[in-house]
Amino acid sequence: MTQLIPMPLTVIGGYLGAGKTTLVNHLLRNANGRRLAILVNEFGELPIDADLIEADDGDVISLTGGCVCCSYGNDLMMALVDMAKMNPRPDHIILESSGVALPGAIAGSVSLLRDYVLDGILVLADAETVQERASDKYMADTILRQLQDANIVLLNKVDLIDDAAKPALNDWLQEKSGSASIIETRNSALPIEVALQSFEHDGNFLADRSTHSTSQFETKFFNLTNSVNVEVLANELAAASEIVRAKGFVSDEEGELKTLQLVGQRYDITKAPENVEAGLVVIGVKPLPNLSHTLTGI
Amino acid sequence: MTTIYSAKKIITMNPVRPEATHVAVRDGRILGAGSLAELKGWGDYTLDERFADKVIMPGLVEGHSHAMEGTLWRYTYVGYFDRMDPNGKVWSGLDGIEGVLDRLKEADANMEDPDAPLPGWSLDPIYFNNERVTREDLDKVSTTRPVGVMHASGHILNVNSKALEMAGLLKTGLNNPGVPLGKDGLPTGELKGPDVMTPVGIHVGFDRDMLACDEQGLVDFAKLCVRSGVTTATDLAARLPDEAVEMMSRVTARENFPTRIVPLRFHHGVTPEELIAHVLELKKKTSDRLRLGMIKVVVDGSIQGFSARMRWPGYFNGAENGLWYISPEHLQQIINSSLEHNIHIHTHTNGDEATELVLDCMEEGLLQHPSRDHRFTLQHCQLADTAQFRRMNKLGMCVNLFANHHFYWGDEHYNLTVGPERAERMNACATALENDVPMAIHSDAPITPLGPLFTAWCAVNRLTASGRTQGEAEKIEVDEALYAITLGAAYTLKLDGEVGSIETGKRADFAILEDDPETVGGESLKDVGVWGTVQDGRVFPASEL
Repeated sequence: MTQLIPMPLTVIGGYLGAGKTTLVNHLLRNANGRRLAILVNEFGELPIDADLIEADDGDVISLTGGCVCCSYGNDLMMALVDMAKMNPRPDHIILESSGVALPGAIAGSVSLLRDYVLDGILVLADAETVQERASDKYMADTILRQLQDANIVLLNKVDLIDDAAKPALNDWLQEKSGSASIIETRNSALPIEVALQSFEHDGNFLADRSTHSTSQFETKFFNLTNSVNVEVLANELAAASEIVRAKGFVSDEEGELKTLQLVGQRYDITKAPENVEAGLVVIGVKPLPNLSHTLTGI
Repeated sequence: MTTIYSAKKIITMNPVRPEATHVAVRDGRILGAGSLAELKGWGDYTLDERFADKVIMPGLVEGHSHAMEGTLWRYTYVGYFDRMDPNGKVWSGLDGIEGVLDRLKEADANMEDPDAPLPGWSLDPIYFNNERVTREDLDKVSTTRPVGVMHASGHILNVNSKALEMAGLLKTGLNNPGVPLGKDGLPTGELKGPDVMTPVGIHVGFDRDMLACDEQGLVDFAKLCVRSGVTTATDLAARLPDEAVEMMSRVTARENFPTRIVPLRFHHGVTPEELIAHVLELKKKTSDRLRLGMIKVVVDGSIQGFSARMRWPGYFNGAENGLWYISPEHLQQIINSSLEHNIHIHTHTNGDEATELVLDCMEEGLLQHPSRDHRFTLQHCQLADTAQFRRMNKLGMCVNLFANHHFYWGDEHYNLTVGPERAERMNACATALENDVPMAIHSDAPITPLGPLFTAWCAVNRLTASGRTQGEAEKIEVDEALYAITLGAAYTLKLDGEVGSIETGKRADFAILEDDPETVGGESLKDVGVWGTVQDGRVFPASEL
């Protein structure tokens, strides 16, 4: 039996009402040809906007663009085992955890399944209520553990709070979430390339060697011809909380090409596949820090 | 057609006439209990003297069990304690890893297909000085077939190398607290927690939904009920899809099915609105021996799994607080809707913080939807303190305490999980009764064996497996314990008008005993022999199952 390439899986966490379902719908609308599989704890109050649904077959809801949505009820691992048998396989799994779940624990379990590779953990925080929740008699430690587990925190519903309150809230979130990247959002709106890493292994994602930006995000391409200490580089990228994602192929000090993938503060360094060229794409919140020294000076 | 049974003694649980020598039965119900002379007044009768040297009690009620105990017996039993299977065979307890391996080797030798999985259950290394079972140990059983042994707690699974290999986990570099690694960097074969157990468990023969019970499992579970004197038993958490309800309706309706089954709909996996809607539908399908329409809500995890939600100061060994399995908002919504629709809820809480949350939500729910007789029941509720019992009383709640837990894991709670003081207050039966909280006690079978008389023994003696008395002040009297396993449990299910005592008009549900539990002494309650049961007037000798 040939081992298929593992499917990337992104965990979406956060308490009730933080905007998890809205984010899922937003990503489905902007899937751009990616076949997403959504795993939700429950189908309740139907989590998917009606116009995206093509057919509802009970356990699996078929969505536009070849996407699907399944409910995992009380047995997430079994649902993941079942999903791995889907044909064709989805391009990317989005796992919406329940409001009280600890997304880090879910990611730890997912890491045991050979059919999946963890892309990252996105945790939504409701700008209006997150601090109040984080001091709730019953839920405080759960909320804080969710934030701690995050690679990316979406500070959602920022349009509902005063601009003056944002810096303090950002600082508080940064402290609670370690070095996670913090992104302010409204209605959970987030470009899909920021939310989900593409995992092509052939290096095609480096074809577009341009630097471009939107009002909030910036994508930069770095031509890395020199050798660097990949571990030190990854650490520096991880420490810059503006940098949300980075991916590319970097030549290490022995001259061997490595794959570097980073989300928030978490990164993986693995042996690069054959026939790829060096280069690194960095996506982050504007303005990105000046990385030229980091990337060339080590 | 009236049958009058004679007995050495009939314990009625009816204070009007607590003892009798005869009981008259017609159409599966009790005409009355008394002397033969008194009962003759009902007209023509047949005198049945087969119980003349037996003691008759009301059929025992198990208020917290899972029908999957019947299913588990198809796997190899490797527990530390002697345990009787549905066919009456007593499997001797195993007091070391060698014994466990020998029994698994025997099972292996009896299997024809060399690739078929070999599942075992009820392992408990705390009785082997906590010596861990490794994959190398289980490789001695087989290297060709996947072998997996579930712990008694249900929270840990040990597997052999073949099983790890099949799940893709026989490799280095794993980083998961649920998968301990050996010196070689490979998993030791111990898998802790449901999420880690599932992907390997499917390869060793553990079914996809561990709480599900199939047709054979339900029949076998009912046999265990007869052997332990139980005539009404809960199946306390099931998803109850249509096909399962259809199967249970069909099986329980059989003329020779001996047990009244009360399945509760598990809250997980559906929204509160869907849950209420489903249970209202289920209510319509209720039948005499299949009572549907109740809800089970799981609020937290387990104490020995360190997933129970604890109030300050938390776990004795410093473990991080446990997990919520439902948000307060959803719990409140389910409670409010259930009060509004007169649906009966039982909540699973182990830690005292989880219990506190349920009490808070009940207080709020009852303000919005006052209910005079809801009987919402806190299940397990192992760590509740006196103040919480007082609140239960004020809120009209019942409690079903996990008396058996004290025996099997009391020492571990004392030393490791909650520490000495709280270990002594765990499953506080005496405090519940002092505060007039209607109380039942339970086995949580298959976590511990089904057997209400054993459960009563646990509550009366509060001995741990090592032989210490833990929590002298929380012991209860024999009569209180016998009440808890009959009327007490029936009350928590709103069945006390039908079962739980032997008196006019009630179901002819009896436990037929070899000894008199009222006189054998509290220390011998667990040894009271069970001849079988009578359920709805039908006689079920354990010897003929």
